[in-house]
Amino acid sequence: MDLNYTPEQLAFRDEVRAFVRASLPHELSRKVIEHKHLDKADFLTWQRILFEKGWIAPHWPVEFGGCGWDAVRRHILEEECAAAGAPPLISFGLHMVGPVIYTFGSPEQKARYLPRILSSEDWWCQGYSEPGSGSDLASLQTRAVREGDHYVVNGQKTWTTLAQHADMIFCLVRTSTTGKKQEGISFLLIDMHSPGITVRPIITLDGAHEVNEVWFEDVRVPVENLVGEEGRGWTYAKFLLSHERTNIAGVSRSKRELAFLKAIAAQESDGGRPLIDNVRFRDKISRVEIDLMALEITVLRVLAAESAGKAPGPEASILKIKGTEIQQALSELMMEAVGPYALPYLPAQWSNHWLGERVGPEYAGPLAARYFNMRKVTIYGGSNEIQRNIISQAILGL
Amino acid sequence: MDFDYTEEQQMLQDAIGRFLEKNYTFEQRREIVASRIGYSPTVWEGMAALGLLGVPVAADAGGFGGGGVETMIVMEALGRHLSVEPYLGTVVMAASCVGAVGTKDQKDYLLPLIMDGSMRLACAFNEPGGRYDLNHVQTTARQDGGFWILNGAKSVVLHGAVADLLIVSARTSGAPGDREGISLFFVNPGEDGVGGREYPTYDGMRAAEITLDNVQVSHDSLIGVDGHALPVIELTVDRAIAAVCAEAVGVMEALNAATLEYLKTRKQFGVPIGRFQTLQHRMVDMVMHCEQAKSMALLAAVKVDDPDVVERRRAVSAAKELIGRSGRFVGQQAIQLHGGMGMTDELAVGHFVKRLAAIDTQYGDADHHLDRFATAAQTPAEPILAKPRSRWKQL
Repeated sequence: MDLNYTPEQLAFRDEVRAFVRASLPHELSRKVIEHKHLDKADFLTWQRILFEKGWIAPHWPVEFGGCGWDAVRRHILEEECAAAGAPPLISFGLHMVGPVIYTFGSPEQKARYLPRILSSEDWWCQGYSEPGSGSDLASLQTRAVREGDHYVVNGQKTWTTLAQHADMIFCLVRTSTTGKKQEGISFLLIDMHSPGITVRPIITLDGAHEVNEVWFEDVRVPVENLVGEEGRGWTYAKFLLSHERTNIAGVSRSKRELAFLKAIAAQESDGGRPLIDNVRFRDKISRVEIDLMALEITVLRVLAAESAGKAPGPEASILKIKGTEIQQALSELMMEAVGPYALPYLPAQWSNHWLGERVGPEYAGPLAARYFNMRKVTIYGGSNEIQRNIISQAILGL
Repeated sequence: MDFDYTEEQQMLQDAIGRFLEKNYTFEQRREIVASRIGYSPTVWEGMAALGLLGVPVAADAGGFGGGGVETMIVMEALGRHLSVEPYLGTVVMAASCVGAVGTKDQKDYLLPLIMDGSMRLACAFNEPGGRYDLNHVQTTARQDGGFWILNGAKSVVLHGAVADLLIVSARTSGAPGDREGISLFFVNPGEDGVGGREYPTYDGMRAAEITLDNVQVSHDSLIGVDGHALPVIELTVDRAIAAVCAEAVGVMEALNAATLEYLKTRKQFGVPIGRFQTLQHRMVDMVMHCEQAKSMALLAAVKVDDPDVVERRRAVSAAKELIGRSGRFVGQQAIQLHGGMGMTDELAVGHFVKRLAAIDTQYGDADHHLDRFATAAQTPAEPILAKPRSRWKQL
């Protein structure tokens, strides 16, 4: 029993830490740490730095350009990046469609798409949810009808994150309406620049444009863009879900947010004293901190099992539920910490380069929007209720 | 990073698991709880024979040489079987306290008697009106010739009446609440002036209120350094906390297993009640609480041996706080999911729940430890083996 890293792992961590410190631009980490708006270029800047270093896809097998690292090394990289304030990686290519392509794709698909995912040449988005198919994903209705050497796609996807930047979308489409609903689903790779695709923004309650509706009207997709076999899309989708789990708990990011919260609470004054000395508020912080300590150990336990060769199992659902609850609690406490200065809504000021007079402390500006934005985390990636169903069925056998 | 047990630890876990499986069924426990003395001398002997009473005792003193992790392994098993044996006070607390600061003579005399099962000890650290504060010590000890004279009262001393020897905290200088000036003494309960009243606790254990009225103990009854006992009391209690956290995990696992079984077998509306999503999700929440508790018990077990006192306090208090919360949740929901049957004395469920509730109030509840966690770095961290104070310098 040893909760510490081995000397080799420690040496590796130092190497990663030194690299991140040397190569992560300060302007960028400031934006991340202070919850400022990240644009497409910000995400790409960091992804290209990691790509140049050869660390963009630590979980991919070496033959496809990955590092082939074990779970602990991957965790160390994620930890160090998050702690330093690196932007999150856009996971649709790297963590989702990439593993599907190298596992089930044709040689041509591997040769064409994998290098472009690694280099960030293609920005991918995910076409899963539909207006009528949320948690009940298998009920999706977007149709793909075979016409010669093309599929003709009609339908609508929704909640498509950052589709406004995307070059490619991977879609679950219905290719058959007979039999079990899971069996008529296929997995298609679609060029976002194809005629017939329309992207419409969905503005969320925080005022952000993060998600979109994507409409397909007689979109012609070459049949070579079908992944694997027709009708097996559900299997690939489930496989993908098991790979979406990387860093699902977000422990390192939450540790960074906790440090930021404590810094704010030390700065804000309450009745002439720092807010953090108000026992009522301090206790709330401490409780989240303790939950986070426990989650970190729980993550390490799962990682250790994974490193010992056990496949990531339904335990990941526990990490998702606890991790997102903690993320929400932190965002809530941050907004609470700044009190009335959570109220001003001035997105233009949430920038490193705002030169005008600020209303309230700089750190306070984005916190309310962030609180509202973070309500999404218990909904996306399989809502926390769906995660409970998974645990109930797969672990408890209920 | 390694979460596996060593071969030795695995053997320890198997040994105690097998032993309790055979000797500590729920029915056997019921008889032990109802017995006059409230623990089982036979089981105690058996534990001695397996070497379990020497788990934290150093190997060169004939013990297992275990640390927090070995204690965790034993306590989890004891929790699963709802043990009422005086293991915590005798082995986890007294043996490691003596091991930490006892003189060679004290160790040579006591440790073999603890390990062979012939002596049980209890730690009397708390006092009426002091709640969980270990430095709220009003009991006094003054020197008189070659003796110490003790006066005062100790509260809710677990297994206090069955102990062959008590370890008592008393003030040799300073005022109640001071961190300095506290000392530890061995007190023989048969000594003149030791009074007491034994009573059952709601979780099937026994405890006692103990009074000390001009109790005279020999000079060598002092444990550790006069006036500098608080750091070792805190270490001893932190070890007890890490241990009851592990015990709570054992209780929660057993309780969750029983509840899951009930959900699968109890039928209503023609189906097992585990088919209802409300109950499924509740059960999942219980499992998640238990997993988080397990992680914290592990952290406490590892950190309780950490020489960095602030790190130790933070980890131990964080664990106790989280386990206080999770124990309450798991306990209350286990009763709820068992419905009326959860309310009965007949089923083990209620007994598990009572133990979880009791653990929360042992050595500080969730709120107490939330506060200690938040202020861990602000409390001084004196060395455990402080240099003896020179009485001359003070004058």
